[in-house]
Amino acid sequence: MEWVNAVVQGTLLGGLYALFAAGLSLIFGVMRLVNIAHGDLIVLSAYLGLTTTVALGVHPLLALVLVLPVMALFGYVLQRVLLNQTLGQDILPPLLVTFGLSVIIQNALLETYTADPQKMDAGALETASVSVGPLALGVLPLLTFGIAIVVIAGLQFIFYRTALGRAFRATSDNQEVAQLMGLNKAHIFGLAMALALAVTAIAGVLLGIRTSFDPSIGGARLIFGFEAVIIGGLGNLWGTLIGGILLGVSQTVGAAISPGFQLLAGHITFLVILALRPNGLFPRISG
Amino acid sequence: MPDPILALHGLDAFYGDFQALYGVDMTVEEGEILAIIGANGAGKTTLLRSISGLIRNAPEQILYRGEAIGAGRPDVIATAGIAMVPEGRQLFPSLSVEENLMIGGRTGRAGPWNLSSIYKLFPILDERRHQASTSLSGGQQQMVAIGRALMSNPDIILFDEISLGLAPVIIKDIYAALPNIVGAGMTALIVEQDISKALSVSARVYCLQEGRVSLEGRSQQVSREEISRAYFGAS
Repeated sequence: MEWVNAVVQGTLLGGLYALFAAGLSLIFGVMRLVNIAHGDLIVLSAYLGLTTTVALGVHPLLALVLVLPVMALFGYVLQRVLLNQTLGQDILPPLLVTFGLSVIIQNALLETYTADPQKMDAGALETASVSVGPLALGVLPLLTFGIAIVVIAGLQFIFYRTALGRAFRATSDNQEVAQLMGLNKAHIFGLAMALALAVTAIAGVLLGIRTSFDPSIGGARLIFGFEAVIIGGLGNLWGTLIGGILLGVSQTVGAAISPGFQLLAGHITFLVILALRPNGLFPRISG
Repeated sequence: MPDPILALHGLDAFYGDFQALYGVDMTVEEGEILAIIGANGAGKTTLLRSISGLIRNAPEQILYRGEAIGAGRPDVIATAGIAMVPEGRQLFPSLSVEENLMIGGRTGRAGPWNLSSIYKLFPILDERRHQASTSLSGGQQQMVAIGRALMSNPDIILFDEISLGLAPVIIKDIYAALPNIVGAGMTALIVEQDISKALSVSARVYCLQEGRVSLEGRSQQVSREEISRAYFGAS
């Protein structure tokens, strides 16, 4: 039973990892930008959630009403003002600039919120659970998993059923010709980053309810997101969910074997899949 | 004579430090079909890329309806009414046939071209509308590329090597459809390797040689000797 429990809990954890990964996958898919600051943007969202919760005295999930549009707007401006200038034939400038951005965000959070671990108070939601047979499933992990499915289905809908999604895919395929069709590349990229950071806002707030956080944890969230994207296959959003689940299950099963084995088990799974299927399990685009 | 719809004045174009066009002068009247010929590397594609905004030039060197667009962004120029059928078709592989056409219609310009009129022009595309654009034959892909450009209801359409890599019978079909395409008062610039094709569909012709205009004349009046001199630079 212990193993079944580990797999189920890991699957639910995978929902959170998929949310970490979805924004990363989206911007890489649309503009081939690897955003090193992604993890720190997740943590920034968690802090914004915290501040909103404390200042307005609202439930963390309700804080999303504010945090989500703020992060989306921040994403649009960040892309137009900074990141668009780094994109070109050379892949190094966006890496360096987002790495710098990562350092800046971490230090700004450190200045503003100190290094003390913080947590959002979600009241009864944190401990509520439902019994399924012999298993006790937390309501928060279930909710997170459900949100992950809704978010990915929503992104999938935007990508494959809307004019904006067509513009994303066309720009991703061929930037030059997309511009010849009247698409403003800078604006399209801005919208993609806005969408990515809207997802990041959800991920950050759910993270901040689930565990305590401090300014330094962004790097590990980035790694989890990366691993989920790579396991699932680049450019495939449902693959990213599967990748998140595999990573989550590896970690919880690893922890069931030995508590110290949790993170290592996840990384080993990632490395094995990378070695056997370098393009991930369900690739849709090649690097 | 009315003002030209498009005028190039001493157009210089560069790829980095490399200069590809030297002082090109050209006028295009509204509604005419103009052919641009020349050897490989003469600057034909560069010329189209400059007009469409993919290469930035000095603003006043390209006038569209009297407005300086030489330094304009490609998406702004497309929205203003200049569409391009790029060399090698360059369809969007992750979009279906119909989605490729719909992207072309994003500029929102009014006019006779929409999905149903494109499907009437190229009925085969109607049958294939939900297929991936890359699953089509070369000729069908060229139809999508032409349809995609038409969907923006442009005032000027630029064709870059539309017969390149296609079977002769397909080329014949596409050129047969050309009068229907440009019949509705549209202006067309056709870059073409096949000189006789280019001359047969166009009213006027320019020949480029090493980035300069080496010949300009009425397509029916230029002689073979003039063209081969303009093409190869022999005197």
